[in-house]
Amino acid sequence: MKKMIKMMALSVAALGMSVGAAVADPLKVGFLYLTTPGDHGWTYAHELARQEVQAHFGDKVETTFVENVPEGPDAERVVRELARQGNQVIFGTSFGYMDPMLKVSKEFPDVKFEHITGYKRSGNMATGNIRFYEGRYVQGIVAGMMTKSNKIGYIAPFPIPEAYQGLNAFAIGMREANPDAEIMVIWANTWADPVKEADAAKVLVAQGADVMAQHTDTPAMLQTAEKAGIHGFGQASDMKEFAPNAQLFSSVNNWAPYYIQKIEQVLDGSWSTGDGPDHWGGNTWKGMADNYLELTAFENMPDDVKAAAEAAAAKVKGGHNIFTGPIKDNKGNVVIKAGDALDDGRLWSDVFFYAEGIQGEMPG
Amino acid sequence: MINLVPRKEIPLRLTLMTTGIAVALTLVAGAGIFAILGYDPLAALYQFFIAPVSRGYQIADLFVKACPLIIIASGLVFSYRANVWNIGAEGQMIFGALFSGYVALYWGGMPAPLLLPVMILAGMLGGLVWAMIPAILKTRFNTNEILVSLMLTYVAALFIDWTVRGPWRDPMSFGFPLTPMYPDAGLISKVDLPGVGRLAQLHWGVVGALLLAVVAWFVLRHTMVGFQVKVMGDAPRAGRFAGFRPALVTILVLSISGGAAGLAGMVEVSANIGQLQPNISFGYGFTAIIVAFLARLNPMAVIIAGLVVALAEMGGDAAQIAMGIPKVVTGVFKGILLFMLLAGETFNRYHVEFRLPGAAARAAAKEGSGA
Repeated sequence: MKKMIKMMALSVAALGMSVGAAVADPLKVGFLYLTTPGDHGWTYAHELARQEVQAHFGDKVETTFVENVPEGPDAERVVRELARQGNQVIFGTSFGYMDPMLKVSKEFPDVKFEHITGYKRSGNMATGNIRFYEGRYVQGIVAGMMTKSNKIGYIAPFPIPEAYQGLNAFAIGMREANPDAEIMVIWANTWADPVKEADAAKVLVAQGADVMAQHTDTPAMLQTAEKAGIHGFGQASDMKEFAPNAQLFSSVNNWAPYYIQKIEQVLDGSWSTGDGPDHWGGNTWKGMADNYLELTAFENMPDDVKAAAEAAAAKVKGGHNIFTGPIKDNKGNVVIKAGDALDDGRLWSDVFFYAEGIQGEMPG
Repeated sequence: MINLVPRKEIPLRLTLMTTGIAVALTLVAGAGIFAILGYDPLAALYQFFIAPVSRGYQIADLFVKACPLIIIASGLVFSYRANVWNIGAEGQMIFGALFSGYVALYWGGMPAPLLLPVMILAGMLGGLVWAMIPAILKTRFNTNEILVSLMLTYVAALFIDWTVRGPWRDPMSFGFPLTPMYPDAGLISKVDLPGVGRLAQLHWGVVGALLLAVVAWFVLRHTMVGFQVKVMGDAPRAGRFAGFRPALVTILVLSISGGAAGLAGMVEVSANIGQLQPNISFGYGFTAIIVAFLARLNPMAVIIAGLVVALAEMGGDAAQIAMGIPKVVTGVFKGILLFMLLAGETFNRYHVEFRLPGAAARAAAKEGSGA
């Protein structure tokens, strides 16, 4: 036992030296995935981007990924292992990696940590995110025009800022196109669970929804829509194959430009984490204008709807702030005053409301 | 005809031999799978078994990963020895985390040296309370403890999910399902020896886990309590004649295994996470069942078994990082290892006799002539 402790102490010391002597050729980049990439959804979009990174940089960069990393102590161990094996940039592609990465970032001040979708940052840990809500605004306009029953189903994941941004942006778009339409929300309390998502979709169909949107990850909702002969939107990656007649369009997460830009910054020494822990200054939160969020072809809709969708997409790309007042909640209170608009900081703190057109009460 | 004849005694040499053969066969089968998948088999085996422990800090990681497994399995051994099948250690672990988390989050103002001990007690109490439900239902109404304890795991998982999304959520977390961080006094610290320094991620919970396994071994082997547990498992009728009360033993072993699982929940959160979140366990309570059986229900062997299972898990990550071997292969590989070890156990317990029809008579005749 004593001998082992000594050995451990020695090798820890040796490790300290070897990190100092790490050589930078080629640049090693590590990725953490929450699930197996598969062929659709969140992690798949990250995997496509990683492949693009590898193709873009060729032998200047060596990428590694670890899949199925649970959000907890295992994530901390895997991040640390990636750092120790000489990865100089580590992308953690799930919200729950935030605290583990933050901890490890302090142990490896020379490694760059890139966390996706979180809000905590440090001197060498930056945040990257996509303005997913922009696509949902366009979805809302299309849904409002497509619906005949004026009932729209919406499957939401967890009551966090990103979900409220998306839900409210959808409602704002929907009401611009159709003041009579109503949204029925089901909080699925999951990011990806085909059974729960399909059940939620069936309930929405049974209650009369003829257009459905989702903030969850699997094609289960679209498949349900296809069977029921109604329409819906795909999430994170193009889901046309799963529902060729039902999909109006998918909002596709395109992480490649972000990854490529940040890795280039590391290569030329200009990488930074921005100004502070509490706002987005210097960190990356981009959307449709920069092709971080892409909409697939508008299909299964009449020409006038298609034209409206294209106009809305162009408006968002042109810099239109969707959360521009006056915006009322579903009880008639003004939550964003006329002349006011949410900036990036307030998009995280001031989105906890149900905009006009969303039925029911907010969860807990 | 192949007959399996139970052995009266299992020599230690045989146990070691079958274990060795099982591991060797696993390596061969694993190498075959890697070769079929197009990976260099020797390099893959190196990544699985050698790379994860080739550096000192990784040995510390291995112990940290094995820590909850060792704690839970040490308790489960009592339950399984007494023929009481507590399958719900996962849920009991979650309740241990919840009870100790309550102490850390809401009683954090108590004198600092008291906080950890109170959290430890609360953790054990949490696991024990959750294990008492199957215990009471079994002893009062003769329900099946396998089903009850298993089902309660899902109840516990949903309960912690609700607490961290609802009443215990950190108001500063932007609605994300996390409690505030525990106060510093409620965190189990890393081992930091004078003159040696920190041993990577090794924390005091690991030391506690090893001690606990030794204590469990001592109690099971050298005390009246341990004797009762074993008798009620091996020969319940004899136990009743001796005046042991089966209901009491059932309650006792479920208390021990539940309390241990609760302790593991407390240690895992306090040493590695520092706050409650929807998932705190990732299946440790279930994996510990495998560990207990791998260890042949011997708490001392639980230490080794816990390390072996943790190694396979970490080897999976190492193989992914170094060679891109998908994580599912890890599962297959672990399955083969367990299958081989349990098959080996059969040969430990039973003597195999091959007999052709009529051979018995001939053998008897031969024995007669030899005498």
